[in-house]
Amino acid sequence: MSFPLYDYGIASGLISGVLFGYALEGAGFGSPRKLTAQFSLRDFAVFKVMFTAVLVCAVGLYLLRSGGIIAENAVYVPTLFFWAILVGGLLIGGGFALGGYCPGTSLVGISSGRIDAVVFTIGMIGGTTAFAFVYEPLQNFYFAAKGPDAQRLPDLLGIPEWAVLVILGVLALAGFAVGSLLERARGGPLTAEEVCTPAGEEPLSASGHAMKI
Amino acid sequence: MIEKPQPFWSPVAAGVALGLALLLTFVITGNGLGASGFITRFAAQTSAWVAPEATATNAYFGPFIQAGKPLASWITWEAIGVLIGAYLGSRNAGRISVQVERGPSIGRGERLIYALIGGVLVGFGARLARGCTSGLGLSGGATLAVAGFVFLIGFFAAGFLVSAVFRRAWQ
Repeated sequence: MSFPLYDYGIASGLISGVLFGYALEGAGFGSPRKLTAQFSLRDFAVFKVMFTAVLVCAVGLYLLRSGGIIAENAVYVPTLFFWAILVGGLLIGGGFALGGYCPGTSLVGISSGRIDAVVFTIGMIGGTTAFAFVYEPLQNFYFAAKGPDAQRLPDLLGIPEWAVLVILGVLALAGFAVGSLLERARGGPLTAEEVCTPAGEEPLSASGHAMKI
Repeated sequence: MIEKPQPFWSPVAAGVALGLALLLTFVITGNGLGASGFITRFAAQTSAWVAPEATATNAYFGPFIQAGKPLASWITWEAIGVLIGAYLGSRNAGRISVQVERGPSIGRGERLIYALIGGVLVGFGARLARGCTSGLGLSGGATLAVAGFVFLIGFFAAGFLVSAVFRRAWQ
């Protein structure tokens, strides 16, 4: 049996999605207050969870490749289109700070009862449709400043992959330490009890407002 | 039934779980996890119901329509899985909370307007970038793709900037 399986069936999609949704919800990413508290430096969950996940998976892929379990160039690596990806990232970061979610976390918000996540998703469908109807005039920008196909940090920096992983690990540890200090100084991180209590109401110590359906 | 919600997982535990789920997805499919790809297909399908001709001839949506059912795709099942997984997790932990979640300084109406505007920006941005926080930031970052890190720099830079300007929205 060779890996990846390149299985795009229904079971493959459901299994990947269920684990993804379950982990995001466990992290607290169904709550827009918790998500956006990253940007007021009160809650570093977004940075910590994301950086940890990237590192765990990157190390896993490195080990699977080194051990000959998966082949070189066997997994999809996106190609850089510098301006479109930078500006797209800016729009998503700005929209996330204002609207409270990104595409994946809005689905988690819907599943945990957030009405604002439904409205956010309707907005995303509108924004996607707007893009489709201005795509033609935007094409020059969309394809501008293309990087080498599937370029990775080891190629860009000219250092071995293990060294990139070590650098990212050190950056993560430094970021976690600074983040935890800032969190404590600002009264964070936000707890499940706080975000499951609508704004303007005091959290109840004995019984929260969370409804079990 | 009302009960006290259970605490969220520690960020490192959640990050390890997310990283392993992502690794498993790469091993099964050769691709990472995504979300905006589903929104794109959903938007193409919705647009085709509302305006079939304009959608079929549209330069961006057209290819999805010409290929057949836009929603018949792995990413649709993955997105349904995300809804199910998040529902099971929040239900089991007593964390389902039906509310318009907002900061203490704004009302429901204002919050929903921000949610709508934010959604429009994110939807447009995800198409421009060819992916979102999941597909480019998380999955691209895990393959050490340069594209993933350029995306993440833009994402965090704009997040801090907009958050500072619209402090009122959440604080």
